[in-house]
Amino acid sequence: MIFLAAIGRVFIAFLQATGRIALFTAVSLSHCVRPPWYPQLIARQMLDIGYFSLPVVGLTALFTGMVLALQSYTGFARFSAEGSVATVVVLSVTRELGPVIAGLMVAGRIGASMAAEIGTMRVTEQIDALTTLSTNPFKYLIAPRLLAGFTMLPLLVIVADIIGVFGGYLVGVHKLNFNPAAYLKRTFDYLEFVDVFSGLVKAAAFGFLISLMGCYHGYHSEGGAQGVGRATTDAVVSASILILIFNYGITEIFFATR
Amino acid sequence: MSANPKISIHGLGKSFGPKVVLDGLDLDVAVGESVVVIGGSGTGKSVLLKCVLGLLAPESGSIKVDGQEVVGADTETREKVNRKFGMLFQGAALFDSLTVWENVGFGLIRAQGVSRGDARRIALENLAAVGLGADVAALYPAELSGGMKKRVALARAIATKPEIIFFDEPTTGLDPIMSDVINDLIVKCVHELGATALSITHDMASARKIAHRIAMLHHGKIIWSGPVAAIDRSANPFVDQFIHGRAEGPIQMQVRA
Ligand SMILES: Nc1ncnc2c1ncn2[C@@H]1O[C@H](COP(=O)(O)OP(=O)(O)OP(=O)(O)O)[C@@H](O)[C@H]1O
Ligand SMILES: [Mg+2]
Repeated sequence: MIFLAAIGRVFIAFLQATGRIALFTAVSLSHCVRPPWYPQLIARQMLDIGYFSLPVVGLTALFTGMVLALQSYTGFARFSAEGSVATVVVLSVTRELGPVIAGLMVAGRIGASMAAEIGTMRVTEQIDALTTLSTNPFKYLIAPRLLAGFTMLPLLVIVADIIGVFGGYLVGVHKLNFNPAAYLKRTFDYLEFVDVFSGLVKAAAFGFLISLMGCYHGYHSEGGAQGVGRATTDAVVSASILILIFNYGITEIFFATR
Repeated sequence: MSANPKISIHGLGKSFGPKVVLDGLDLDVAVGESVVVIGGSGTGKSVLLKCVLGLLAPESGSIKVDGQEVVGADTETREKVNRKFGMLFQGAALFDSLTVWENVGFGLIRAQGVSRGDARRIALENLAAVGLGADVAALYPAELSGGMKKRVALARAIATKPEIIFFDEPTTGLDPIMSDVINDLIVKCVHELGATALSITHDMASARKIAHRIAMLHHGKIIWSGPVAAIDRSANPFVDQFIHGRAEGPIQMQVRA
């Protein structure tokens, strides 16, 4: 009985959290689509998410593309399919690894800093102060972050795609001795629009989720420095899990019926 | 007391879990009146202000501002009513990503649509009124002392010339001379701007100076309220103990020797 009660409690807590997040999302979205907007604040968040994440995302994408070329070469050599390396690299990067790696890196970088910043503002009553100065915190703090996350991640992923494919090219041409022209031809021959497009849709969804989790956990943090620390961890963990779940879901929508 | 109080609180109840903080509290504040709430630490004075501002949701009771019910009001009503308020938070609550003058001018720029140049000028005037020079205006809150933060927060609370101002311990952490400057400033806000003020303080000298009326909060209720001149002959043992700061009396502090 105690065991069942424990399961029930966990289940109810899960439902409550889901409801709270859904409500939070609805309120945030309503502020995203209604004026006034704060262009300055949106621009600052865009800079933070898009521009300052470039080094991290670029570096991880480069090595991902490189290792992909090496792995698929050595693996495919077992059944003499080494020629497919370029195709495998470009499809994996655009469809999967570009958005997922960029999403996870940005979740660590941006999700954490959003939760910490908003969480600190919560526990030091700065969010209360916003309200008393007739400024809606959803409008001022949360909407700019959601909009910036939603728009900047696809741009980051375009960069990650290019760098990732380039990483594969470097290993393919300089280490595995492919002919450069032939490698490039194989890269683009089988690439379809939907491969890149599905990756960008994923990126937009991930960007939204990262900002949402950062804002949600920050906004609801309580209890001083410890609470802010917990909010930061929760933001990164929940964003990462959601990214992987949504990644599967979006893949299924795009490719399962083909 | 005038027939139409600016703020009218009735039967206000607020608990945190099993802990009852406000227990059927009644308090009216007339237009242009300055009321000071006194009471022991942790009796719920700050919670009272936050309930009126809608930052905490009370479980029971009613709060009317200019006759308009605000408990359970929708966001739109709440935002409209909140435009009448200025609030000095006990912990200052300055925005640490903005400079001092941007903090003070925040309400002017965001809510009243004042241009940045004008907001800066008004912010500097308000900073001067709390004894802070133009050199402080460009600093960030992290670079200020505790007392300076408090004064910046005070300047921010009054910069928009609100109809109703809440001061949560305006003089705590200030030296006696600066305390008196702040007291004068609060009196000036009430007299010259005609603002209605609800303040919290532990500093009886300050309370005597800024209040028209003093109300004492104890165990979740206002147990005594009267004009400031009557405070010394309240014949209320709780009030007597509090204003004279005696450890012995009906109010028992939960401490173990
Ligand atoms: N967010 C909260 N969650 C839980 N309990 C709270 C919260 N805010 C206040 N309390 C409790 O409510 C009581 C009243 O707090 P409040 O801050 O109003 O005290 P106060 O009268 O302003 O005291 P002080 O003079 O020390 O500032 C305290 O016992 C506090 O523990
Ligand atoms: Mg307090």
